[in-house]
Amino acid sequence: MSGASSPPPKPPSADDDAFKRELVALIPHLRAFARTLTGDPTAADDLAQDAMMKAWDARASYQMGTNMKAWTFMILRNQFYSEKRRSWRQTQLDQEAAERTLVAVDDPESPVALDELRLALATLPEEQREALILVGAGGFAYEEAAAICQCAVGTVKSRVSRARKALQATLEKGGYARDGRAAGDAMRSILAAADRLSSVRQG
Amino acid sequence: MTDKSDPPGKPPKGAGLEEARLRQQAIGVKLRHMFDEVVNEPVPDEFLDILRRADERSSGGDGA
Repeated sequence: MSGASSPPPKPPSADDDAFKRELVALIPHLRAFARTLTGDPTAADDLAQDAMMKAWDARASYQMGTNMKAWTFMILRNQFYSEKRRSWRQTQLDQEAAERTLVAVDDPESPVALDELRLALATLPEEQREALILVGAGGFAYEEAAAICQCAVGTVKSRVSRARKALQATLEKGGYARDGRAAGDAMRSILAAADRLSSVRQG
Repeated sequence: MTDKSDPPGKPPKGAGLEEARLRQQAIGVKLRHMFDEVVNEPVPDEFLDILRRADERSSGGDGA
């Protein structure tokens, strides 16, 4: 910890530069993953910065050429859960973030389907949510997601499958209530929005 | 709705599965969109500042 016992500063190496470039390119993805874990933009950026610095400090243990994205996601996830364990206030923060989201949805201009999806995601058990995000949005293979979550591949598969079913059920049947609106509306608007998005992608 | 050949009120066998598949696909598209929205946000300067300072520290570049 003290300056005297720390190793002498080493000259900037080509490895460090390459590592830094790769790490910088991953920042947007770390921010997105952190956002889905915390549900709050400010807390998410704090978490992403902590994870970025942990990765930088641990760069000597990283094997260049292996999957840095999965490695940094694992660091971020571990950081998230260790902070969560340390502080019960995190749960409160999640609750407040959810309430802010609810308020934001009242804006008639907001993209409704996306907010409905966020709310439905928030009703999932944490381990199902993260598995679905990693595989369904982050573009990770089941094997990579299993490495990030430090669990078996079969566990990830079943979590993703349960998450998908639960998400669909929530969006269709209304596992949450808002504005007295039928939650079936959420599924309809998601279908319509997804239609628009995929035609944009293909076009 | 659009399938005129089916008797009303009685969806053909398999239609439920097809509908479920479509809904899962839609949820998937939306999920990726939600994630990509954040990925495509500009990265706050703070991130690069923190990393640059750490880099300077570790290479002894700030004249300690």
